[in-house]
Amino acid sequence: MNFDFSDDLKQLRDQARRFLSERCTPAVARRSLDGQERYAVDLWREIAGMGWIGAAIPEEFGGAGLGYEGLCVLAEEIGRVVAPAPFASTAYLAAEAILTAGSDAQRREWLPKLADGSTIACFALSEGAGNPEPDAIHARAVGGMLKGIKWPVADGGIADIAVVVACNEARQASLYLADLANVRRRDLTTVDPTRNQARLDFEAVPAERLGNGGWGAVQRVLDRAAILFAFEQVGGADACLHMARDYALERYAFGRPIGSFQAIKHKLADVYVALELARSNAYYGAWALGADATDLPLAAATARVSATEAFHLASKENIQTHGGIGFTWAVDCHLFYRRSKELALAIGSLPFWKHRLVDLLETRNAA
Amino acid sequence: MDFNDTPEEAAFRAEARAFLNAHAEPKAAARPVLRQSGLDAEGVARCKTWQAKKADAGFAGLTWPKRFGGREASPILQVIYNQEEDDFVVPRGLYEIGLGMCIPTMMAYAKPEQLDRYVRPALRGEEVWCQLFSEPAGGSDLAALRTKAERDGDDWIINGQKIWTSGAHLSDFGIIVVRTDPNVPKHEGLTFFFLDMKSPGIEIRPIHQMSGARHFNEVFFTDVRVPDSQRLGAVGQGWRVSLTTLMNERLAVGDVQRPDVDDLVELARKMRINGKPAIQNGAVRERIAEWQARSQGLKFTRFRTMTALSRGETPGPENSIHKLVNASKLQDIASYGIDLMGAAGLVVDDDLAEAYAMFQSALLSSPSMRIAGGSDEILRNIIAERVLGLPPDIRADKGMPFNQVPTGRR
Repeated sequence: MNFDFSDDLKQLRDQARRFLSERCTPAVARRSLDGQERYAVDLWREIAGMGWIGAAIPEEFGGAGLGYEGLCVLAEEIGRVVAPAPFASTAYLAAEAILTAGSDAQRREWLPKLADGSTIACFALSEGAGNPEPDAIHARAVGGMLKGIKWPVADGGIADIAVVVACNEARQASLYLADLANVRRRDLTTVDPTRNQARLDFEAVPAERLGNGGWGAVQRVLDRAAILFAFEQVGGADACLHMARDYALERYAFGRPIGSFQAIKHKLADVYVALELARSNAYYGAWALGADATDLPLAAATARVSATEAFHLASKENIQTHGGIGFTWAVDCHLFYRRSKELALAIGSLPFWKHRLVDLLETRNAA
Repeated sequence: MDFNDTPEEAAFRAEARAFLNAHAEPKAAARPVLRQSGLDAEGVARCKTWQAKKADAGFAGLTWPKRFGGREASPILQVIYNQEEDDFVVPRGLYEIGLGMCIPTMMAYAKPEQLDRYVRPALRGEEVWCQLFSEPAGGSDLAALRTKAERDGDDWIINGQKIWTSGAHLSDFGIIVVRTDPNVPKHEGLTFFFLDMKSPGIEIRPIHQMSGARHFNEVFFTDVRVPDSQRLGAVGQGWRVSLTTLMNERLAVGDVQRPDVDDLVELARKMRINGKPAIQNGAVRERIAEWQARSQGLKFTRFRTMTALSRGETPGPENSIHKLVNASKLQDIASYGIDLMGAAGLVVDDDLAEAYAMFQSALLSSPSMRIAGGSDEILRNIIAERVLGLPPDIRADKGMPFNQVPTGRR
């Protein structure tokens, strides 16, 4: 049994944690919160320089070749500091789509640019309300030209290119790649202003197809990304639990630290339980990614459900533990509360993944 | 990451498997092995035969010193053995406490000649041990126990009552913590002994549980004489010795209780809501998904614990979540499954009940899981204090001589 990250990856995690605690302080997320910058430009350049964006991209395509376990480790640290950067869009979604569905030529053209941070990519899936299902896709790619409206698209306002889910002439949903230079777009106001979200209007924009995989290829990207999102959510939940614990030790009421009241102790114990369950499920997802296991879709849905629940619980109970001060703009609790919802809604929300989990469970049990 | 055994582990697993294949029946896939309602004479005989076989083959006390019949094996081999044994129907319920808690405490505190006398018969299952800790006045607050021992020459005289003693009526020996000085704060006035359960003055009464079973006992002590040579640890050090015993509570590594999620999925296929299989109902699916995430989360948390053991490291604090999660999950799944059955969910008759009545059985037995071996509330305190580093509860009896501590509304 060797169900843990290697010493090398633990070292990477420690380095990443040290780096981010210095370079991605809450003040950085607050610059995006207050509208001073749409994403942390300097941070993005630095993490690109360290090879993080291309952690799972093979070296032959300009990546660092650390493998998926490496990317998982980094995702957790990105989540811990609510980094205001297009990391998920570029590394978990667009790069993965190009890597898993693209042709060799497409990989050679795009992956090195994503890995070195010079090109930011987004993943244009949603078309308003609804979850990622073939029926929900109305964008069309006909004769190499893309038409349709996508919103919200994470990092859509800052990205250079988009991987777009659209239907072909036969109304079959698939993956396309489009340059965003001439796409009409506007930034959206959302519950999490620390992340850019945009509406993209594709009005006959040239697009190239990424592979021939149909919805299966889309779902494959979503499944793989779900595991990476789960690590980011685990990192956020862990940060919330630490914040709440530290505050419960520091804050006195009725002549004693509030952390000595069982109402607080038991609440935080429950957060710890949810976090450890989520972490263990995420670990299994990391293994499934690395091994490209047949069990990956079920592992992904389980990790996704577990991590979404854990981050939601941890972020709301962190505010609750802080009391009134936790409801102020000045204290950082709300950054995590906002991010927990942003991450929960990316790539399909909790009910969607719960249903998918049971679908997969039924398929497995029938086999 | 991988889930592979090391060569040593794989060899041991094969050896354990071969032993079990030769001497035990594999579990049938469908029918759950439910917890028996208590061991009868025949059940005890089966346990004794099995334990002797296991000990003679070298699979009992795996981590124990070789001079006591153990292998001095790494704890991971114990986990592997438990995993393998879990696939077979073997008699259980007689030795877990004695070998898991009593004898390890003896090893830490008893004299060498006492160990020579008691350890091997316990390992072979010839002698059964029980643990006499809880009392009517001392459950979660164990140190509030009131059973007293008074010095009388070379002996101590014990008077009082213990409760929730598993297998007391089947036991030859027991370990006990008692109050020897009521004039000092509660943790400081305790002393620890082992004793012969056949001593005059011991009366054992089984407790009829709400589930109908009788696993536990009340044990009454009236002028029971214990020689001072059977004291474990110094006078007044009983609390420290008790902590040794409790630290030996088994690592949660195997026990998945049924019904679990797969049983619920199976049931939800059969039951109907609004004319359709319940498994197609959105609310049912969401609940199943939530329990599956918990169930899998526990499984992979066990894997993390096993990884630490396999590397010769101490498992991390995540190991503390198992019982807390498991017990409520079992109770909730049992209740939900029964709800899916509608009125028929009441029925436990063999010929009519769904799924061998395992949902009903768990409904009635699961409340004990949330209490025994550390209640949910105590476990949350432990996580909060030992894992998260939050302060201990404020104690109204702190520093107070035990005999001045309030004990009820007066």
